[in-house]
Amino acid sequence: MQTYFIEISYLLASILFILGLKGLSHPETAKRGMHLAEFGMLMAIIGTLLHHEIVTYTWIITGLAIGSVVGLAMGLWVPMTAMPQRTALSHAFGAFAAALVGISEFYKVSVHGEHIDRITMSALGFEVMLGALTTTGSLLAFAKLQGMVRGTPMTYKGQNIFNMSLLAVTVGIFLYLIFVPTSMPLFFTMAGLAFVFGLLLVMPIGSADMPVVMSLLNSYAGLASAATGFVLNNKVLIIAGTLDGFSGFILSILMCRAMNRSITNVLFGAFGSAVTTAGGGDQQGTMREVALEDVGVQLAYANKVVFVPGYGLATAQAQHAVRELADVLEKRGVTVKYGIHPVAGRMPGHMNVLLAEANVPYSSLYELEQINPEFPTTDVAMVIGANDVVNPDARDNPTSPIAGMPILEVDRSKSVVVLKRGQGKGFSGLENPLFFKPVTGMLYGDAKDSLTRLVQAVQHA
Amino acid sequence: MTHEHLISALYVFALAAFLGYQVISRVPPLLHTPLMSATNAISGISLVGSIVTAGARYNTVSTILGFIAVVCSTTNVVGGFVITDRMLKMFKRKEIGPKKD
Repeated sequence: MQTYFIEISYLLASILFILGLKGLSHPETAKRGMHLAEFGMLMAIIGTLLHHEIVTYTWIITGLAIGSVVGLAMGLWVPMTAMPQRTALSHAFGAFAAALVGISEFYKVSVHGEHIDRITMSALGFEVMLGALTTTGSLLAFAKLQGMVRGTPMTYKGQNIFNMSLLAVTVGIFLYLIFVPTSMPLFFTMAGLAFVFGLLLVMPIGSADMPVVMSLLNSYAGLASAATGFVLNNKVLIIAGTLDGFSGFILSILMCRAMNRSITNVLFGAFGSAVTTAGGGDQQGTMREVALEDVGVQLAYANKVVFVPGYGLATAQAQHAVRELADVLEKRGVTVKYGIHPVAGRMPGHMNVLLAEANVPYSSLYELEQINPEFPTTDVAMVIGANDVVNPDARDNPTSPIAGMPILEVDRSKSVVVLKRGQGKGFSGLENPLFFKPVTGMLYGDAKDSLTRLVQAVQHA
Repeated sequence: MTHEHLISALYVFALAAFLGYQVISRVPPLLHTPLMSATNAISGISLVGSIVTAGARYNTVSTILGFIAVVCSTTNVVGGFVITDRMLKMFKRKEIGPKKD
């Protein structure tokens, strides 16, 4: 009877999870969908607490309490600008939990001298390997995002060969363990190697490629949970893990397509570490600097203005300032839209969440395919802290390292204003010919500061 | 794990994969960040495995590992859902109504 109740709660949870994710197809249905998923999770947890194998509740209650406090704190206090970091941390936690469950399963069975059949051992191996490498990989991603560690790719000669060899050794041990599942030291070696591999995998990835890596790690964390489901023969785990795994996987593919690079290129290509000789080169011409008051007048008398945000918007914490500017412009009857490139920012959907936090209505946010046709009729396109996503070389220069990448074609607007802190290059290390075009004016300075002063300038124009 | 168990688990996996593909590909880029935090929270269901490990008193090592896993998974579940809710609350559509002069 008891197990029946638990199984029913798992079934209910599975259904509610799927309904919850289905709700995410639209902002209006998303909130209710999430409440369904939360309820499902609660049911599953309560059901599990009645499991007959549980002897003592002290550790469980303590663990639940600590986890809830930490989770609540993280959930409530993390600012939207730090969303990528928090996401990386949560991947690490999730993967670590999966790895630990796997290790403890192995330990429990081995200590009793029981035999682990090949199927269970395979699932266990996957679970621990994936879990381990995702833990360390995500922690390194967190460090890179937080600026604790260099954002530029860390490479060394023969790196790919070393990584591949390490992976081969780890997988080799894994395969051996399937047939000889009793060797504990070997098992722990495999786990240890996997932990190391995670670090090595993420080391050569540059900050600009973070959206892809984040999605991949999301996927791996999910797959590790799915593997746990196979080991414990728990269907709700399989379902939830697979949903998570596929979600991350689909996002990675979308991100790669948006950068027009293959996934192998992202993982092993160390983009941005060295400026390649093809494309790039030195730019002829000068960048035209514009005065703030002139930009203010331009904006005030425009018909249509499109803001193009990039990661610089997040670092400058300028999302509220840009919304104030948009408000002031809209009061004057100017049409204001935002063009969001899929890989702008450090994780999928980063810009959308940032702007939503600043109370920008989501109906003003436009995707690449929607906004590109509008640029020729746009009076002012304002680029804020974005670089590669508006680089025309991707479209015009077949030898450029970013050739073929879909971009926001701001250079087709009647006028472009680029807000930039200084004369530096984007994360790809490429010069951006947009800055040298006659249609473009450069407004130097801190974005938040410039935008706030523009609000004044527009009001007095 | 017996062969019957494996086969039925594979059925579930395959169906979940197809279903997941269908459901996830309908999520617009606008909601990709909440999608990531929601799927993270949901995969915290591994909590149900660690709860048993932490409470069954198999042996000291397993109990400790289980306890740590419970803390990690709970952080993900609570944090993930709280953050997702917070983000979703922020998405507002433009107010339609008397506004322009």
